[in-house]
Amino acid sequence: MARIDLVDLAHSYSGNSADIASYALKPVTMTWRQGGAYALLGPSGCGKTTLLNLISGIVTPSQGKILFDGVDITPLSTQKRNIAQVFQFPVIYDTMTVGQNLAFPLKNRGLPKKEIDARVAEIARLLDLTPYLTRKAMRLTADAKQKISLGRGLVRSDVAAVLFDEPLTVIDPELKWQLRSKLKALHRELDLTMIYVTHDQTEALTFADTVVVMHDGRVVQSGTPAELFDKPAHTFVGYFIGSPGMNIVPAEVRGREARVDGYAIALNRSYDALPSGAKIEIGVRPEFVDVAAPAPGLISANIERIDDLGRVRFARLRVGNAKFAARVPPGFSVPGDVAGLIFDPSRVHVYADSLLVEGST
Amino acid sequence: MDKTINQKAWFLVLPVFLVVAFSAILPLMTVVNYSMQDTFGNNQFFWNGVGWFKELLDPSTDLGSRFFASLWRNLFFSGVILAIEVPLGIVVALSMPREGWRVAVCLVILALPLLIPWNVVGTIWQIFGRPDIGLLGYVVNGIGINYNYVSNEFDAWVTVIVMDVWHWTSLVALLCYAGLKSIPDAYYQAAQIDGASRWAVFTAIQLPKMHRVLLIAVLLRFMDSFMIYTEPFVVTGGGPGNSTTFISIELVKIALGQFDLGKAAALSLVYNLIILIVCWVFYTVMINAGAERPAKQGVA
Repeated sequence: MARIDLVDLAHSYSGNSADIASYALKPVTMTWRQGGAYALLGPSGCGKTTLLNLISGIVTPSQGKILFDGVDITPLSTQKRNIAQVFQFPVIYDTMTVGQNLAFPLKNRGLPKKEIDARVAEIARLLDLTPYLTRKAMRLTADAKQKISLGRGLVRSDVAAVLFDEPLTVIDPELKWQLRSKLKALHRELDLTMIYVTHDQTEALTFADTVVVMHDGRVVQSGTPAELFDKPAHTFVGYFIGSPGMNIVPAEVRGREARVDGYAIALNRSYDALPSGAKIEIGVRPEFVDVAAPAPGLISANIERIDDLGRVRFARLRVGNAKFAARVPPGFSVPGDVAGLIFDPSRVHVYADSLLVEGST
Repeated sequence: MDKTINQKAWFLVLPVFLVVAFSAILPLMTVVNYSMQDTFGNNQFFWNGVGWFKELLDPSTDLGSRFFASLWRNLFFSGVILAIEVPLGIVVALSMPREGWRVAVCLVILALPLLIPWNVVGTIWQIFGRPDIGLLGYVVNGIGINYNYVSNEFDAWVTVIVMDVWHWTSLVALLCYAGLKSIPDAYYQAAQIDGASRWAVFTAIQLPKMHRVLLIAVLLRFMDSFMIYTEPFVVTGGGPGNSTTFISIELVKIALGQFDLGKAAALSLVYNLIILIVCWVFYTVMINAGAERPAKQGVA
């Protein structure tokens, strides 16, 4: 158990001399607190697995340091790092039984047999593997094998962190839900730091207290699911999280007013010192824009289609050249091809070169 | 729906049937025919029933004693070279690089002995081992070890075994290497995470994953060594005495040396049968090993 600090950590697969823009992981400094449930969220190729492998020591960083409880462990090998990791595809030891598989990490570290048995029994109970302990692991299904892999990750009680690299990819959707809530329960029960890599926002948001969003080798935001939803720090977070994603449209912002396609939108805060020459956009989640009958003073948009998601309907619109999504209020029937849009001013954010700008009140 | 019946389709099979009959069935039946007869030359044959087979399987007769002596020699030889080549092949495969230009270099070097014609291998070792002009024989004698494969049975065996190891360990190594290459990196990474020692990685991951290729390697090497002829024939000619006379060498002596076609035919058939049985045993074992797929019922 430990706090994990990353200090100016970066990695390039093509050597130290490579251009920083080509780094798989661009320099990052952050802290993972003991006992936290973290999710590393991002699309494929954003560097999340690289970051994970750097922490576990499978990959050696090109620069920077990793500290466990303030101790620099960067030069240590994986074996000496006291870390557990579960991989995307099940890894089981074919010739061993389920019980021996679970005991393997403990046996290798020379724990007394009594302690191993007790720990294996506990983990097997938590993962519902008890009836299978004496079966050969090789003959089980992929689901069961992945459970064994998870079990091997969780069996050591003293690890600094347990890292999960998209561990539920091979699992059936229904079982995925069960296993994910099981992991969450295990996290509470075992008091381990867990870092969970995924490209699935539902998985990330349901599992973690803190979600770390990565994009193009950079950590773009780290926060609670609510923070990511309410106040995306980067336009990428805006449209990657949420379904449909955040509306991001180019705008001219002056003081407390943004102009889009010639129409004015009121803002809650004042933006006076926007960097000059930057690309200015406003971002607002579809949940906070309502479709209304066209009226003077409202942005007018062309309706392309209405998506009925059951509990809520979203209109897909076009404002000028920009695509837009907005909520259709319950009971509101769409009058024609053209609609007006009503914005919630407190939910409209301003971005300069994709980064959130804090306005002054 | 009525099936169209057209017996003329048999004509399509006929060419294959003729070719197989001409090239396989008839020659085999000729051997079966010979094995039941005795001849004193002049193309005169006398019916002998199963007489040759009785004699062959009775160690108290001349034919029987020669057959069993060479059979044990053959089994001993196969056992020894398997015991050396399999572990050695595994060690070589494990110590090969996993990526980079060195892989190609290693593969070419390993493949070299396999590309040399068998009687050339025999000739190489025949000369290599000679105490007067051979590098190996000269050096070994030079450091004070009396070594002469022509006159000493033990030396002859050592030469034949070392030659086979030199020639065929590469095959085992290449097969094992292919098996090792198919292991995903995640297994090694997981083993690192689990704190496995080098030995634990070998026994828990590498050996089980090489299980199938090792079976194939053992099968191939057993078959090949059980049928070995050319190399020992070139090096020792089956000697000194009969000490390195394997079944195939014995067979050629009886068939072409003594022109005892009946005895030779009987021996060939028994020899063939042994090989078929061993093949069948290996095949069954391999199929059963392959059937150990994950069962459908499992943990849900």
